[in-house]
Amino acid sequence: MQLVLQIIANGLLIGGLYALLAVGLTLIFGVLRVVNFAHAEFMMLGMYGAYWLWALYGLDPYLSVFLVTPVIFLLGVAVDRLIVRRSIGKPDVTVVFATLGLSIFLQNAALTLWRADIRSVSTFATGSVFVVGGVRLSVAMTVSFAVALLFALALWIFLTRTMYGKGIQAVAQNRRAAALMGIDVKRAYMITYSVAVAAAGAMGVLVAPIFTIFPRVGQTQIVTIFVIVVLGGLGSVPGAVIAALLVGIIRSGAGFLFGTAWGELAYFAVFLLVLIVRPQGLFGRRGAEVYGG
Amino acid sequence: MIALHEASITVEEGETVTVLGANAAGKTTLLNGISGLVPLRHGTILFNGESIENLPAHERVARGLIQVPEGRLVFPFMSVEDNLRLGAFTPRARVHLKSSLERVYDLFPRLPERKAQLAGSLSGGEQQMLALGRGLMALPRLLMLDEPSLGLAPLLVQEVMDRVARIRAEGVTVLIVEQNVNQTLKFADRGYVLENGWVALSGSAAELGASDEVRKAYLGM
Ligand SMILES: Nc1ncnc2c1ncn2[C@@H]1O[C@H](COP(=O)(O)OP(=O)(O)O)[C@@H](O)[C@H]1O
Ligand SMILES: [Mg+2]
Repeated sequence: MQLVLQIIANGLLIGGLYALLAVGLTLIFGVLRVVNFAHAEFMMLGMYGAYWLWALYGLDPYLSVFLVTPVIFLLGVAVDRLIVRRSIGKPDVTVVFATLGLSIFLQNAALTLWRADIRSVSTFATGSVFVVGGVRLSVAMTVSFAVALLFALALWIFLTRTMYGKGIQAVAQNRRAAALMGIDVKRAYMITYSVAVAAAGAMGVLVAPIFTIFPRVGQTQIVTIFVIVVLGGLGSVPGAVIAALLVGIIRSGAGFLFGTAWGELAYFAVFLLVLIVRPQGLFGRRGAEVYGG
Repeated sequence: MIALHEASITVEEGETVTVLGANAAGKTTLLNGISGLVPLRHGTILFNGESIENLPAHERVARGLIQVPEGRLVFPFMSVEDNLRLGAFTPRARVHLKSSLERVYDLFPRLPERKAQLAGSLSGGEQQMLALGRGLMALPRLLMLDEPSLGLAPLLVQEVMDRVARIRAEGVTVLIVEQNVNQTLKFADRGYVLENGWVALSGSAAELGASDEVRKAYLGM
């Protein structure tokens, strides 16, 4: 029993990390109709931000997150202006190459600037655990888990309870009609993209004490994140959270029972099964992924 | 491509003006040009004496230039009431949201019954009422309607046209594109006939209704 709880707890914690990336990715797709292949690279940049502020100035990631996140938000604004906005409404191939190109560019920029060396941040949180009812929880993982869920909750409240949030949903459902409501569609794109990549950056900072840092670290996560986004239903924020936690638990459970490689296989199997039964994903709406207006 | 070559039209405050024309004549393009959804090659648009052709679409809406688009374009995964609220997105309209909502529910009694329902689950006629109501929520200084009766059963066409006539009677300035030429000419003041992207004919509603050209082409007489 203890063991089962431990496996579930591990799964939930890792799932929370995925959620912070998946929520942003699904939102960008829902609102902009852009698949942001560069999404995990913003996480990588967040990790390096945490690393350098720690290595050079001894700043703890739990403080530097308040510095790095706004910087990545601004980077998101710039990327939207220079790249994303210009590809919207163009053929799908253009959109794919725009963000895929950005992903490759950011990886290689990191490689050139900071080399391929594997780096790590160690803080008071690294390796420290606390025990609840016999279940051991990593402090660092628990903090990032809480931040991820709070972010998702705040985002959900904003989208469903405020006029501007509803305006962003309107853009997702029909951009032409949204413009006719007086919504500045381009500004909605900018805010959505920047908030989403800032969340990915924040996650990068928070996981810096847990995972090793290297230029291609985003690539180790992005496939899982894509699986989560599709599993939850494209464009669905609650779907992304639930699917992230689910994938975390499946991965942790199957990984414990059959070994790590099987953990990967298990969530892919569940992913395929769900898509056969519900092509729109767990929380997706049929047709929502094509309805652009 | 150029869908609309030259169209010089005016709408005075309080007037109801109609634009007639066959399919693909450029009527929707005209309204979208006024709304700022498609770019203008040249020419000007004056609204309350201010030239607005360089303003983005949302700033034109903020000034009260409102379009109820062809095909209704309601937000399908949002409730009826949220659709209406979004109609009052601009600061100018938002301060009157409550009273506007009452007015719209009054004018379209079937909407309050369905206010929690998703807009995508409404019938075509109900969606059109919703789109009209959403347009009114914006407190239009000019309300542009693009074929509000398109694709509706005859009984519903009648209902929609009645509502448009009532909106007009409330003093709203209306620019309406319609296929139901006969009924539209009954409550319009003036009209223009668009052919292949050019204004071919214009005049008062009575003049247009009596012209051989309109009678042959649009009234089937
Ligand atoms: N986005 C577009 N791209 C290319 N051609 C268009 C587009 N929109 C409209 N057209 C063309 O412009 C012409 C006028 O269209 P439209 O304004 O929709 O006419 P109407 O509303 O009078 O039926 C048509 O020939 C139509 O095919
Ligand atoms: Mg048309």
